[in-house]
Amino acid sequence: MLNVHRDICGYCGCCVSVCPEGSLELIDAYLCVEKSCTSCGICAKVCPLGALEVVNEKTL
Amino acid sequence: MKKHYDLLVIGGGPAGAVAARTAAKKGLSVCLVEKRPAIGVPVRCAEGIGQEALAEFIEPDERWISAEMTGAAIVAPDGTVMKLESGFAGNKVGYILDRKIFDRELVWQAAEAGSDVSVKTRAAAPIMEDGVVKGARLEYCGTVSDVTADVVVAADGVESKFARWCGIDTTVPVSEIMSSAQYVLTGIDIDPHATVFYLGNEIAPEGYLWVFPKGERSANVGVGISGKKSGSGHRAKDYLDKFVHRTFPKGKPIEFIVGGVSVCRPLGCTVADGLIIAGDAARVVDPLTGGGIYNAMFTGRLAADVAADCIAKGNCQKKALSAYDAGWRSSKIGKSIERNYHIKEYLIKLSDEKLNAIIRSASKLNLTEFSTFTLIKELMKVNPKLVLELGALAVSLR
Ligand SMILES: Cc1cc2nc3c(=O)[nH]c(=O)nc-3n(C[C@H](O)[C@H](O)[C@H](O)COP(=O)(O)OP(=O)(O)OC[C@H]3O[C@@H](n4cnc5c(N)ncnc54)[C@H](O)[C@@H]3O)c2cc1C
Ligand code: SF4
Ligand code: SF4
Repeated sequence: MLNVHRDICGYCGCCVSVCPEGSLELIDAYLCVEKSCTSCGICAKVCPLGALEVVNEKTL
Repeated sequence: MKKHYDLLVIGGGPAGAVAARTAAKKGLSVCLVEKRPAIGVPVRCAEGIGQEALAEFIEPDERWISAEMTGAAIVAPDGTVMKLESGFAGNKVGYILDRKIFDRELVWQAAEAGSDVSVKTRAAAPIMEDGVVKGARLEYCGTVSDVTADVVVAADGVESKFARWCGIDTTVPVSEIMSSAQYVLTGIDIDPHATVFYLGNEIAPEGYLWVFPKGERSANVGVGISGKKSGSGHRAKDYLDKFVHRTFPKGKPIEFIVGGVSVCRPLGCTVADGLIIAGDAARVVDPLTGGGIYNAMFTGRLAADVAADCIAKGNCQKKALSAYDAGWRSSKIGKSIERNYHIKEYLIKLSDEKLNAIIRSASKLNLTEFSTFTLIKELMKVNPKLVLELGALAVSLR
C-alpha cells in the first residue's frame, strides 16, 4: 500500500508524471492514490522530499 | 461559463494561457480552466528565459522581471569556473522572471482577448464519443458540469492526466524525470547579473544545481537530479541542503518549492481526435537545460493556430490536427529538443574528471549567440577530442 505523508508532501506532481499505472492525481494541495496502484514504489523513489512510502500491509 | 466552446483549454500555465490568448484573438470562443485557486502559485520553476525567446511572446515588463542577466558561469566538480559572456560584453542575454506575476499576466491577456477563465476548476474526465474527445467534465467547488468543445487543448503540465484519460501513455521514465528542489534565498553574496550552473556527481547526479539571481542579494537556488539517482537520504532536498549549508550558510530561505521536470523525448504523438497536447504535458521541455517556458508558449500558440484552421474547415480529427504535431517537430524547438536530447545523453555519462577537464579547457568563452548550441560548438573548438566522442552528433552541430 502507498502511504502519502501529507505533512511532508509539497504537492509538486513529480510523482504523478512517473506512475506507470496513472494511479496518482494532484487535486490542488492534495495527492490522491487510486485503487489501481500496484505498490511498485517508483513514485516513492523520485519524490524530492520523501513524502511517499510503500508499506507492507501485513506489517500494519 | 457556456456549455460549448470552439476551444477548451485545460491548464493555466504558459502553454494554456498562450493557447487561449492566441485563439481568442483569432475570434474563437475559448474557455481556460485551471484547477488551482490562483494562477502562478505555487511556482514550480527557476524562472530563467532567454531575452529573444521571451520577446517573441510578450513585451518585457519590469512588473514580472526579477533580474536581467548579462552572462553565465559553469562550475566544475573541482570548483574550476568557466565564464560565459555574450558577444557584446554587457549585453542583456536573458531574464529571471517573477512567474507568480508573469503567469497571471499571460492569463490576464487571454481574458482581455475574450477568453473565459475559470480557476479552482478541475477537468476531472474527458467527454468521449466513439473515441473522439468532445470536451471535459469540470469540477468547481463541489459542482460538476459538462462542457463540450470542437477541440480540447491539454496544457496540464508535468502532472498531466487528461491525455492519459484519453488513452495516451504519458509516463515519464524514472531516469528521465529531474527530481527538483529550490529555495529562494536572500542575504547571499552573488553576481546579480549572471546565472551559475554547478555540475558534478556529488553536487547533482545526472542533473545540475543552479543559482539564478532574483535581485542584488537574492536568488533561486535549486537542484535537479535524475529520478534514478534519487532515494532515501539522497533526494533533491538533501543535495540542495548540503550545497546551501556549505556555500550560503548565511542565506535565509523565503520560499521553498519542489517539482519534477521531464527530460525525456516528447510524446510519440501529441494529437488525437479532438485533442491537442501542449507544453510540459506533451513532454517538450528542453532535455539538456530543463527549460520549458518557451517551448510551452510555442506549442500553446501553435495549438491554437492549428485548432483555428481545423475548426474553420470543420474537421478536427486526428489527421487534420496532426499539422500541429508535424509543425512543432519540424520547427526550431523540435530540432533542438532532438539534438539536446543526444547531448544530454552524452553529458550524463561523463565522469567528474572528464567534466573538470572540459571546463578547465577555457576560463572564459565569448558566445556570439547565447545558447547551449553555440556553447557546445565553442567547447568542441577548445576540446578537439569531444568531436570524436560526439561522433555523428558533432557533425550535426557544425
Ligand atoms: C524546479 C523547476 C525549475 C524550472 N526552471 C525552469 C527555468 O529556469 N526556465 C524554464 O524555461 N523552465 C523551467 N522549468 C520548467 C517550466 O516550469 C515548465 O516547463 C513550464 O511551467 C511549463 O508550462 P506549462 O504551461 O506546460 O505547464 P504548467 O506551468 O505546469 O501549467 C500547467 C497547469 O495546468 C493545471 N492543471 C493540471 N491538471 C489540470 C486539470 N485536470 N484541470 C485543470 N487544470 C489543470 C496545473 O495546475 C498548472 O497550473 C522548471 C521546472 C521546475 C520544476
Ligand atoms: S513528488 Fe513528493 S512532494 Fe511532489 S506531489 Fe508527489 S509526494 Fe508530494
Ligand atoms: S507505487 Fe507505483 S503504481 Fe502506485 S502510485 Fe506509485 S508509481 Fe503508481
